[in-house]
This record gives sequence, structure tokens and C-alpha cells, in this order.
Amino acid sequence: MTLTLGHFLSLGAMLFALSVVGIFLNRRNLIVLLMAIELMLLAVNTNFVAFSYFLHDMHGQVFVFFILTVAAAESAIGLAILVLLFRNKSSISVDELNTLQG
Amino acid sequence: MSQTLTTSTLLIVPLAPLAGALLAGIWGTAFGGNRLGRAAIHSLTILGVLLSFVVSCMTLLAVLDGARWNETLYTWMVVGGLKMEVGFLVDGLTAMMMCVVTFVSLMVHLYTVGYMEEDEGYNRFFAYISLFTFSMLMLVMSNNLLQLFFGWEAVGLVSYLLIGFWFNKPTAIFANMKAFLVNRVGDFGFILGIGLIAAYAGTLNYTEAFAQSQALAGMLLPGTDWMLITVVCICLFIGAMGKSAQFPLHVWLPDSMEGPTPISALIHAATMVTAGIFMVARMSPLFELSDTALNFILVIGAITALFMGFLGIIQNDIKRVVAYSTLSQLGYMTVALGASAYSVAVFHLMTHAFFKALLFLAAGSVIMGVHHNQDIRWMGGLRKHMPITWLTSLLGSLALIGTPFFAGFYSKDSIIEAVAESHLPGAGFAHFAVLAGVFVTAFYSFRLYFLVFHGKERFDQDPHAHHGHDDHGHGAQHAPHESPWVVWVPLVLLAIPSVVIGYLTIEPMLFGEFFKGAIVVDPARHPVMEELGHAFHGPLQMALHAFTTLPFALALAGVATAYYMYMVNPALPAAIKRRAMPLFTLLENKYYLDWFNENVLARGARALGTGLWKGGDQAVIDGFFVNGSWKLVGLVSGGVRKLQTGYLYHYALAMILGIFVLMTYFVWLK
Repeated sequence: MTLTLGHFLSLGAMLFALSVVGIFLNRRNLIVLLMAIELMLLAVNTNFVAFSYFLHDMHGQVFVFFILTVAAAESAIGLAILVLLFRNKSSISVDELNTLQG
Repeated sequence: MSQTLTTSTLLIVPLAPLAGALLAGIWGTAFGGNRLGRAAIHSLTILGVLLSFVVSCMTLLAVLDGARWNETLYTWMVVGGLKMEVGFLVDGLTAMMMCVVTFVSLMVHLYTVGYMEEDEGYNRFFAYISLFTFSMLMLVMSNNLLQLFFGWEAVGLVSYLLIGFWFNKPTAIFANMKAFLVNRVGDFGFILGIGLIAAYAGTLNYTEAFAQSQALAGMLLPGTDWMLITVVCICLFIGAMGKSAQFPLHVWLPDSMEGPTPISALIHAATMVTAGIFMVARMSPLFELSDTALNFILVIGAITALFMGFLGIIQNDIKRVVAYSTLSQLGYMTVALGASAYSVAVFHLMTHAFFKALLFLAAGSVIMGVHHNQDIRWMGGLRKHMPITWLTSLLGSLALIGTPFFAGFYSKDSIIEAVAESHLPGAGFAHFAVLAGVFVTAFYSFRLYFLVFHGKERFDQDPHAHHGHDDHGHGAQHAPHESPWVVWVPLVLLAIPSVVIGYLTIEPMLFGEFFKGAIVVDPARHPVMEELGHAFHGPLQMALHAFTTLPFALALAGVATAYYMYMVNPALPAAIKRRAMPLFTLLENKYYLDWFNENVLARGARALGTGLWKGGDQAVIDGFFVNGSWKLVGLVSGGVRKLQTGYLYHYALAMILGIFVLMTYFVWLK
């Protein structure tokens, strides 16, 4: 059995669906939410790498480096915000954080 | 041209009464601290009017010598090519009006000294009547339409102030508001007429406007096939209808009797109400060009002359009888205008001014004599008690009904003859109306005369004897007394012209050169005055011939009927009243015109206003647009706010769903 582009795209789609479900089902922990977002980015990265390999185009892999870097920075900022949030609210439960409604 | 008339002498005429009015109005009232007493005020205002009268007489003499004056004294402003000026035009018509106005005004000033003696508003009253004299003189002396309009409105204002002179009396306030509103209707037409002249002739000056009358006659009102000149004349005449109380704008005049009697004589009988007649006569070069407008005038005048006379028959208030008589006589003047006999109308205006002022002042004297009772049912037999008032009233009544040799005879008979000669379509009806009017006039005049001065003395039987605010302080059981000399002297002075003025002036005024240049008649189209001239052989022959004519027989019949019904058989009027109840009710309600005005026009206007206020303003503008818009925004945002839960996963879901939708669109549908 040879691996085709379809396999990789299916894997990416599964990871993406997994992360979406992770965002919606998770009602307690904001950290899980951040992890789900990371997972979503990884799903995208998988697609980039797969296209890059099968289409013989290195640009896709360059994008992956950028996305990984930005994702790492975003996680760092997200976690920092999370720490501050926890100090203020004593909670990181998603269900209790609805102050965005203004 | 104007060798004997100078600017300064002419200026004295209107300015002397104005000075009197200002002095009385400012320093004679609480406004200026009551610095001038009653004697000072009446001396000053009488002096002003006397001066004005003397100069007016001098002007009349100069005009009789052929002097004419037409100059602009002051340019108020210039708008485009339209000049608004103040100026005087003095010719026969003006000089005659000036003398009549100042003479009657002088008499009324004198009379007021006695009549208003016990009234608190003594000084205010003098200020008003002097101001009226000024306004009326500005009106008649004007040489342009703007100044005419100024005088027109100013006399209307003073009329308003004087009808409501006793401003604590609700009926007086109602009456002055009514007079003002009805006059607004007329003035609306008047100012439209002036506006049309200004727009198409490009000038407000009489002479310049008349110079273009032939050009105006050829024009049509844009967008219609109406002759412009007809529209202009009818608009101007609507103004005259308001001021001169012609049907159906007459309703204010009977109510104006709420004011003190001297002003009923001065304003609402002798001078102001004749301003409309004067204006039409002054505008004769324009009216002469439109047969339609003349016919309209003729018919309106005929309706007023006859039907207002009927109303005089059933009135019991002494002043209202005379007021309806005034309406009827104004109708006669209007009929004469319609028949193109402008000079006859002005002639009747003059004679009427004397004998109607006399009748009103005599009525005032009677009212004083019987201690402020105005109901003629509770008078009677006053001849013995008030001999001077009795004699002057008799002379005035004889003049009014057109007894030969009296002033009213010459003018009224000339009007009847003029209508008979007219060939306008409405002339047949008008002739019938003025002839029937002679009988009616004679009947109500002598009904009043007999009820007041003859018969049983009934003044102690009045069940409603009241003590008015200006009562003499002694009861109605006291016998009537003759009025003081300041009251009867004006009566005598007015009685003299009421008797002789017609005999003396008919020849120069109707058939001579007196009105040459002032009143223009087109003899080819309206030969009425020429026909009258052919039939005229001097005032003496006219009077002698009258004894055999129909009007004299009718007048005699009217007097005889009144004598029979109120002296010989006093039960008869009540019997007739019972038999003809519907007719009586119709007359009692003044043909339901007041009812119509109040219930249809006034209430309709109020209903329209309420409808627009509630429906248009409150419901549509406030309710729908103003409140509706914020309610809609509130409703929408209230719905949208529910979408903003604040939960991250809801926003994430929205984003993802959005992406799916966009993807679906781009991948499959595009």
C-alpha cells in the first residue's frame, strides 16, 4: 500500500475535526481550548507539508515554519493571558467566562 | 395744477388727529402716567380734529376752484422696480371724503364728551377715535394702493379696539374677534387684488396703474381663460365686501354694536364701513373694464340691500335696528357701484354718513335718556321727555326712507333710477331688490321711531331693568331726561346736512364736473349716468316728480304699515309672528349664517386642525417617524443582543459555520 495525497488530507481533516469538537465539547478548561487551537494549526500544517511533498513545491514547507513560529508565540501570549485571568477570576472554566458579551 | 394746495397744509389734515391720538394715548392713560386730565384730553383731540376739519374744508374749496394735487411725499422702499411710497392724491372724491370724515369725527368727538362722561376709559376712547380719524384720512387721501392698504388695516385695527372697548364684557370680546376674523377673509382677497396689480402693472400708484388699464384688460390670468381684470376686480371687491359688510361677510357688523355708541356712529355707520365703497369708486377705471365683476357687485349689493333690511324688522335692540339699516344702505351703495353709477354711490355714501351718524347718535342719546336700556319694547313716548332727540331722529328717519327734499331721497332715488337704466344681467333682480328695500326701510325705520318716541310709556315696565357698570346710579323708575348740550348739539349739527345736503349737492356731484378725473365711466358701455343726466331737470323738479313715483308710494306704504301695526293695532305684530313662525325663526337666526359660520366653517376648521394635530402630527410624525424609528432600532438590537452570549465556543462556532458557508459557496456553487 502506498501513501497518497488523499491519506494525508484525510489525516489533516480528521485532526481539524478533532480540534473543532475539542473546542465545542470542552466547557471547563481554557487550556484545552488553546491546545485544540494548536491542534487545528497542526492539521493545517499537515496539509501544507503534504501538498508541498506531492506537488514538489517547497513554498508550502516555508509556510509551515512561519505558522509554527506564530503558533508558539500565540501560545505563549495565550498562556500569559490565562495566568492573569486566573489571578483575577480564580477560574479558567470556559462556561464562566462570558464577559465578552459586554 | 396745485396752486392753492401745499404739502404742509395737506399734511396737517391726517397729522393733527394723529398728534391728538398720541397725546391722549400716551399721557392720558396709565401708560404715560396719567399726566393729562380728562378736560385736557378732550380739548386736545377735539382741537386736532377741528383743525383737520377746517383744513379739509379749505381743501374742498380749493378743489372746487379746480385745484388738484397728486404727489409722492416719501419713498418708503424700493423692491426691484416696485416703489412703495407715501403720497397724497387730492381730487373731488378725496376732498369730499375728507370733509365727511372730519365732520362726522368732530361731531362724534363732541358727543363723546357727554356720552362717555362716566366711563373709566374716557381718555383711551379719545385716543382711539382720533387714531381712527388719522387712519381713515390716510386711507382716503392715499395716491397708491399700499397706503390705501395701510389705512385699510389701521381702521380695521381701531375698529377691533373699539368694539372690544369694554374688554371686561365677554360678548364684546367675541364681537371684536369676529369682526377681526371676518375682515381677514375680506382682506385676503384685497391683498391678492393689490398683488395682481403690482405683478401685472408693475406699480402701486393709482395714476400709473390706471394708465395701464387697457393693457391689463387684454390679459388673461396665466393657466386659465379668465380675464385678468375680472379676477383683479373681484379680488378687490372681496376686500370691499369685508370692510363694507356685504353679504356673506356682513356678519360682523351687527355684533360690532357691542362697542360704545359714538363709535357705532363714526366707524360702523358713517365712515369706515364705507371705505369699501370709496375704494371701488376710486378704482372705477379698472372696474369699468369688467362687466362680470360689475354684475357680481350688483347682485351682492342687491342681496345685502334687501335681505339685511328684513332682519332690521324683527330686532328689538335699538342699535341693532340701525345696524341692519346700515347694512341695507351699504347694499344700496354697492348696487350703485355695480350699475357703474359710482358717483351716485359716493353721493349716497355722503348723505348716508350724515343721517346714519345722526340716527346712531340719537339712538345713543335715547339710551342715555332711558338709563342704558337698549330694548325698544321698553321705551315709548319719549317725545315729551327728549324733544331735541325726537326731532333730530325724525329728520334722520325721514332722510333714511327717502322723503322728497331730504338728503337720502336724492341719493336713494338716483340709485333706483340708475339700476333701472342698467343693462347688466343682474339689473332686473337688483331693481326689484332696491324697490322692495324702500318699503322695508320705511317700515323698520318707523317701527323704531314709533316704538321709541310715541305710544304708551313703557320704560318703567322693563322686567330686565339692570344696573350696568356705567349706570347713572339711579333706578329705571326715574323719568327719561334730555341729554346734555354736548350730546344734542352734534345731533342738531348733523340734522342740518341730513336735510339739505342732497338738494344742494346733487347737481355738481352727479352731473357736474366735481368728480371729473376721479371717477371714470365708459359711456359707450355703461350709459347709466348719461341717461340719468337726460332725465334730470334740477333738484326741485326731481323732488316734485317723486310724489308720483313708485318708490315714494312704497315708502309711504311702509310708514303707514308701521303706524298701523305699532300705533293703531299693537296686537297685530304678535299675531303675525304666531302665524309666520318659521319665517320669524329664520329671521331671528339671521338666515342661520352665524350658525353656519360657527358650526361648519369654524368647527370644520377646528376639526381639520385637530385631525392634523392628532392624526398627522401626533400619529404619523411623532408616533411613526420619531418614536417609531427608535422603537425599531430597540427591537432589532434587543434581538441581536441575544446572539452575543460571550461564550468563546459560540463565537468559534459562528466562525466555523461561516467558513463552511463560504467554502460551500466558493467550491460548489461558484
